[in-house]
Amino acid sequence: MDSQTAEFLEYVQAGGQVETGDWMPDEYRSRLIKFIEMHANSELMGVLPERDWILRAPTLQRKLALTAKIQDEVGHAQLIYRVIEDLGKPRSACLDDLVSGKAKFHNVFHYPTHTWGDVGVIAWLVDAAAIVSQKALLKCSYAPYARIMKKICWEESFHILHGRDVILTLVTGTDDQFGLVQEALDRWWEPLMHFHGNPIPADEDPMVVWRIKSQANEEARQQFLDGYVPQIRELGLEVPDRALRKDEDTGTWLYTEPDWEKLREVVTGHGPASAERLAFRRLSREHVAWVERVVLAEAA
Amino acid sequence: MVFEVFRRERKGQPFQHAGAIDAPDERFAEIYAREQYGRRQESVALWLVPREAVNEIDEFPDEFEMKYRRVDGYSIKARLHEARERAGTLDMAPGGDAAA
Repeated sequence: MDSQTAEFLEYVQAGGQVETGDWMPDEYRSRLIKFIEMHANSELMGVLPERDWILRAPTLQRKLALTAKIQDEVGHAQLIYRVIEDLGKPRSACLDDLVSGKAKFHNVFHYPTHTWGDVGVIAWLVDAAAIVSQKALLKCSYAPYARIMKKICWEESFHILHGRDVILTLVTGTDDQFGLVQEALDRWWEPLMHFHGNPIPADEDPMVVWRIKSQANEEARQQFLDGYVPQIRELGLEVPDRALRKDEDTGTWLYTEPDWEKLREVVTGHGPASAERLAFRRLSREHVAWVERVVLAEAA
Repeated sequence: MVFEVFRRERKGQPFQHAGAIDAPDERFAEIYAREQYGRRQESVALWLVPREAVNEIDEFPDEFEMKYRRVDGYSIKARLHEARERAGTLDMAPGGDAAA
């Protein structure tokens, strides 16, 4: 490592923040782009499972709220792609890499939805898991990314509220409605445990070393479990992991080790809905290409 | 075109940088900015500034170390202590000797 890079590393590790025009090591820039790009892709891909439910939402109010959530998520994608553009990778290149399968998106968006219960669990628990990660990104060493995270976290808090409201309505409804939530939780627990990644120690995680992330994967997962397992259990729902319990002496949650190989397979495009979602994204990109052409021609 | 967006959250508050949007022209920039930064009534006003129009100054050399313009150019504590000592008022000072 050259001295300029070593100095930069020391600076970010001491809590220093970096702006777009500042000098940065190539490795930092490329890791930053890769990480932020996966976030942007996830916002964009994350609307697809929810989009399927706009026409099937149980009430007009739910339809409107779901549509608003989807608009928020697409808006987040726009904000985040902007940050990547300023780092040197154009949005069109990001979208090319997304639809070709070269770039990744979060594991939870590789799964299908089966019932309205899934929509509630996604909005409540998937968004809760996401907000744990995103809150930690408020301290990202790359300042433009940290700044937009404020707006994103603020909007995500509406989504959790919306999700919680959907869940509370279902669990106070008929036995069948309660069952929809329990079944959805059974389906989503494994992806939720995968969500924060394998428990790689902080000092071995390059994202933490460069202070792109401010917390280790396991720390994020513990925070999620600590915040949400009690909330799940108080509704009479059962978490589908018999080993899950909090060790009162150490304060850490113990659980069955997730299958990390499965996570790797899912995020590399081999999840149950990966191919279908990417095909849809590819199709919609082709369908709206004319809009881009017309708008740019008019502006020129 | 990239537009820098500044938003005022409430009347009486300063405009603060909110982010940037990419739009083909000013009309689209306005529509995008309204959607991105105003759809929840979170702003009372927005400024859209083409990025090229921003004249950024980020170097402030201080060759002559003009410390008298800054608070760190004045060391009051030690001399106040000395003055109190001379006047014999150390025990009268707020916080007593702690002011040293």
